Amino acid sequence: MLLNDLPVLPVILPLVAAPVCLLLPNNRLPGLFASLIAAIAAISSAMLLAEVAANGPANYDLGGWAAPLGIVYRVDIAGALVMTLVAAMAAVTIPYAIRSIEAEIAKSQTSAFFAMFLICFAGLIGVVATGDAFNVFVFLEISSLSTYTLVAMGAKRDRRALTAAFTYLVLGTIGATFFVIGLGLLYQVTGTLNMLDIHERMVGQDNRVVRAAFAFIFTGLALKLAMFPLHQWLPNAYTFAPASVTAFLASTATKVAIYAMLRFLFTVYGFQFGFMDVAFAFFLLLGMLGMFVASLIAVFRDNVKMIFAYSSVAQIGYMLLGISFATPEGVAAALVYVVNHAVTKAALFMAVGAVVYSIGSSRMPAFRGLAKRMPVTAGALIVGGLALVGVPMTAGFISKWLLIRAAFEATLPVSSLFLVLFIVSTTLLAVGYVGRLVWEMTLREPEGQVEMKPVPMGMIIPMLLVTFLTFYLGVNADGLVKLAEAAARELLNTGLGTGGAF
Amino acid sequence: MLEFALERYNYWIVIALMMIGLYIVFSRGNLVKTLIGLNLFQTSVFIFYITVGKVVGGTAPILIGGHSEGGHGDDHGGGHGDDHGGDHHDTHHDAALSAEDAVAAVQGDLVNRMGAEPAGDGHITGHESLHEGPHGVESNSLFTGSPGEEVPDLITRSGAADLPHADAEHAAAGLDVLYSNPLPHVLILTAIVVGVATTAVGLSLAVRIREAYGTVEEDDIEAIDNKTTLAEVMA
Repeated sequence: MLLNDLPVLPVILPLVAAPVCLLLPNNRLPGLFASLIAAIAAISSAMLLAEVAANGPANYDLGGWAAPLGIVYRVDIAGALVMTLVAAMAAVTIPYAIRSIEAEIAKSQTSAFFAMFLICFAGLIGVVATGDAFNVFVFLEISSLSTYTLVAMGAKRDRRALTAAFTYLVLGTIGATFFVIGLGLLYQVTGTLNMLDIHERMVGQDNRVVRAAFAFIFTGLALKLAMFPLHQWLPNAYTFAPASVTAFLASTATKVAIYAMLRFLFTVYGFQFGFMDVAFAFFLLLGMLGMFVASLIAVFRDNVKMIFAYSSVAQIGYMLLGISFATPEGVAAALVYVVNHAVTKAALFMAVGAVVYSIGSSRMPAFRGLAKRMPVTAGALIVGGLALVGVPMTAGFISKWLLIRAAFEATLPVSSLFLVLFIVSTTLLAVGYVGRLVWEMTLREPEGQVEMKPVPMGMIIPMLLVTFLTFYLGVNADGLVKLAEAAARELLNTGLGTGGAF
Repeated sequence: MLEFALERYNYWIVIALMMIGLYIVFSRGNLVKTLIGLNLFQTSVFIFYITVGKVVGGTAPILIGGHSEGGHGDDHGGGHGDDHGGDHHDTHHDAALSAEDAVAAVQGDLVNRMGAEPAGDGHITGHESLHEGPHGVESNSLFTGSPGEEVPDLITRSGAADLPHADAEHAAAGLDVLYSNPLPHVLILTAIVVGVATTAVGLSLAVRIREAYGTVEEDDIEAIDNKTTLAEVMA
């Protein structure tokens, strides 16, 4: 029965479809095919989310081997939520890519591009679906390896994409290798790789091996999710990658790494460990530093893609902050932040991609007087920008509001009031970089006549769709917030060792 | 102290390789050399996993019951049977069955020791875990039940009960066998494949960079990029 296979379907489908995609001719066919696959994956993820929200975690034994011996896919609400997010983002960015890559990559690479896209997509979904610790590494690498290639494909427009991809490859591999060292140490202590099994076997153990494993795993994941001092690969990779790739990566890759971090923090390690407090304090500090420093750098950048890339690093700081509270409210706020920021950044990068398609540059002068030249795209940029700042009626407001509320309720190493003031003041920095862009777009006259290509509907429609979602999630957030709260409770219950057993 | 350090020489090799690899990655400006450093770094992890896989006093997990009548053929037991490993498959199997009583005793003991109280005996200190296996440090998963199907009993390597003629008491102490746990080997095979793929992608990127910039020296590339950026800002 296909319905029972829902947890694996979104992983298997793109993985099998990728080589098929490679065989298709280099016209619009691979893009349409990949869009179809992503749409099916998105629908089945949404069905899985509904199923999991109603009936509890879904388990799937691969090959019929029961856990903990076999590899098991285990999807709870948090997993289903992130899975649906990733699949939905793929389902809008792939159709967008069909037209946007025409100018960005060689025509002979079209089918390879979509094959890579599908593999990346499968890897990201796999990280979310699996309940096996080593499988997380494999899927992380599947998605990362294809990501390096996708970033490098921006080389036709700007050769700096190659160096960006190379830096990303080196740092990403170091991160993944750290992660594997940590897993090896965990395996040495517990003799198992199933996440819940590791958790059960580690209860009460607190020794140097467990701590070293913790350090390796979280340093590795921190590299993957671009936690503040380890974010060096991100700005260039996002800036020089093709527009659709940036939109997809910014909305999914780091978010999936955040999810993996939540998994390892709460499901694998849990609250029994004395050093968790230290780790949370560390996340709090680095999150705050990231919010401030990355936002500040963003204010002074000249390339709009670069501005939003640094803004992504800053926003990851907010998510880490939510996680560091270690309360259901904090984690729920982080999850809502993950979803809302993904949607917002997808809208922004798609709009920037439309400008690049039309005018040929993502630097500030190209945006001068954009409100007159491309009113729809400028509108999407403004809505997205307001959401980044956190203006009411946008998605960004809900997530910041939840985060601030969680900060007041949590017991923290620093005063809650100070933290809230800090969040608000870094928001002012966001006003700085978003305001500058909006000012250039609306109040300044374009310099001279530039040749403009009309943006095709195939790019406008996905862009408007996510822009509308940014607005919708700010107006009607109840469903999402309820889901995130349930997901956070489930995650923390497992962390406390009171639930989630097989 | 010296003995302690020497006994764990493979870990020193791992650490040394890891540090050398990382140092090369960060200090060398040549992209190809960076990749070589990255490879060294990854290789150290391979060795680490193989070291983890060697357990003194270990043995393969064995199934008892559940597939007693010609068990190789049936879907579940057959699969597990393969885990026993190729050549002495049959003797292995029969011996396990004939020694069932002894094994059951050992198993009961094990369940108490490892299943129920992982925190007790399973607790290890940092260095103990490195070589001395028999404390249940590295026990393979014991699964005691799963819904909907008859799960065969499984005994873990710590039982050492698959040595057909070995005295069960002696085997349980299991101090004299060096056992290679297949799982870390499989894991590291996967990681090697990932490593090869990474190197391939990295090298092809280096080729593309050479085509686009005419050099693979990081400093030169950076200088060229800086010029490009400057020209952009001036324009």
